[in-house]
Amino acid sequence: MLSYILRRLLVAIPTLLLLVVLCFLLMHAAPGSPFNSERALPPQVLANIEAKYGLDKPLPLQLWDYLVGVVTRFDFGPSFVYRDRTVNGIIAQGFPVTLTYGTISFIVAVLVGVSLGVAAALRQNTWIDYIAVGTSFSAQALPNFVMAPILVIVFTWKLGWLPGGGWNNGAWPYVVMPVIALSTSFMASIARITRSSMLEVLNSNFIRTARAKGLPARTIVWRHAMKPTMMPVVSYLGPAFVGMITGSVVIDMYFSTGGIGLFYVNSALNRDYSVMLGLTILYGALTILFNLVTDVVYAWLDPKIRY
Amino acid sequence: MRRLSLALGLALSGAALAAALVSFLWLPADPLVLSVADRLQPPSAAHWLGTDHLGRDIAAMLMAGARVSIAVALVAVGIGLGIGVPLGLIASARAGQWLDDLVMRGNDLIFAFPSLVIAILITAVFGPSATNAILAIGIFNIPVFARVARGAALPVWTLDYIRAARLAGKGRLRIAAEHVLPNIAPLLIVQATIQFSLGILAEAGLSYVGLGAQPPTPSWGRMLAEAQTMVTLAPHVALMPGLAIVLTVLGLNLLGDGLRDRLDPRRVRA
Repeated sequence: MLSYILRRLLVAIPTLLLLVVLCFLLMHAAPGSPFNSERALPPQVLANIEAKYGLDKPLPLQLWDYLVGVVTRFDFGPSFVYRDRTVNGIIAQGFPVTLTYGTISFIVAVLVGVSLGVAAALRQNTWIDYIAVGTSFSAQALPNFVMAPILVIVFTWKLGWLPGGGWNNGAWPYVVMPVIALSTSFMASIARITRSSMLEVLNSNFIRTARAKGLPARTIVWRHAMKPTMMPVVSYLGPAFVGMITGSVVIDMYFSTGGIGLFYVNSALNRDYSVMLGLTILYGALTILFNLVTDVVYAWLDPKIRY
Repeated sequence: MRRLSLALGLALSGAALAAALVSFLWLPADPLVLSVADRLQPPSAAHWLGTDHLGRDIAAMLMAGARVSIAVALVAVGIGLGIGVPLGLIASARAGQWLDDLVMRGNDLIFAFPSLVIAILITAVFGPSATNAILAIGIFNIPVFARVARGAALPVWTLDYIRAARLAGKGRLRIAAEHVLPNIAPLLIVQATIQFSLGILAEAGLSYVGLGAQPPTPSWGRMLAEAQTMVTLAPHVALMPGLAIVLTVLGLNLLGDGLRDRLDPRRVRA
């Protein structure tokens, strides 16, 4: 198992490096610069600014400096637009927020989704099943940017139960709506995958054998059916995680939660390349790391995979 | 039950498509005309779905927006099919060889990145526009179709009539195109429906954050974003585009599911 994890880590590192290089080159291939404003700057001033940010050096050297900074000091450089901020500072401020509601959303989506799916499969073709299938089918079509206004209309405006935005250091009333908005569609997908996977497993030979042995239903489900059922669910968790990361962009815009998503969009709109590059790398690193974790969990679940 | 969901899926996605097509010929009002006196009107006979904060007719904007959503998603799926399927077929024809390895490792690489984050990156770097949104979404459809095509094609290559075709002296690429492709077409159609619905969502997401079709072109995502500040003032401004997205995506999902039950012989009817 350990050698399997190490092997996967060895593949993850060049992938991450490639991501950094690709993003860097893409960013520098872009026309225009963050210092282009309505009024053209005098060339001397522009040259000074470019020298300050190291933009006057040849591109390979800039790339090298950036890579060295990221790898050795974990330093993503200064922001090009907010003159008094660094990319590290922005990450330090926003990432804990994103991580908090992201993790909660992820756990909620998995717990509710799996329970709903298992309940539906165990009571196939009863009203429980129909309700679960109907709910998950409709919820799957509810992206976060549609859920968010609906939640605000219901819980903030009509009922007045929850604040319509803000973070307030993660006090629970501020976390509820971002979590629901972010997790709904993923919860639905997980429920559907779990249901069909569980149905397939329950129809397989080894479950029939377990039934024939006279094992109680509870033991069959928990001891024998659960592990193979979770396999397709686990392989969906990678894409789900990625979707949630992306969704955080919308959540931060809608609920003013102050996570890195809003910084990301603003950096894209302001051409704040260093912030954008730094956050893309952070998102990419998280994705690669998470894919690694799911692969390891999958390997543990699936006896057919040899390490 | 199955038939009902397929019919509902067809009806909903057909309605979205019809709205987009009709919008070329006729609109209930000009979606670009501003009329401040009529702003934030609730639905009425004059404005079926009401008006937004600039007095634009929401029904007309939704119809014109359907055009953008569907066009972006359609071309993005086309890019995925056009490049991904040949790649997947070639990989399956050369299964286990270096070409196959190259295609599949390239796939893994693209899968390793958060697609919409990269899409935001692409549209930011090359400027926000519908065209760049199409490219950004389309690129991530390529590995999806390559993987599906390869996975479905692999077992087909071992069938007797494929061997017969090889004995008859047909080349691998010709066999792939003439015999393997028709075999895997049903799966590709199902996947295309799923990617189409994901494309609609991705386009709405991109234009929600301001990186899709640019104003004044109406788009569902931006309508939602603009309605954000007046949710309590006039909830219908936010609910209408939301509803349009939900119904279209729901329709496509139902359609995809129904088609899978119809077309995929390997799937057990649960």
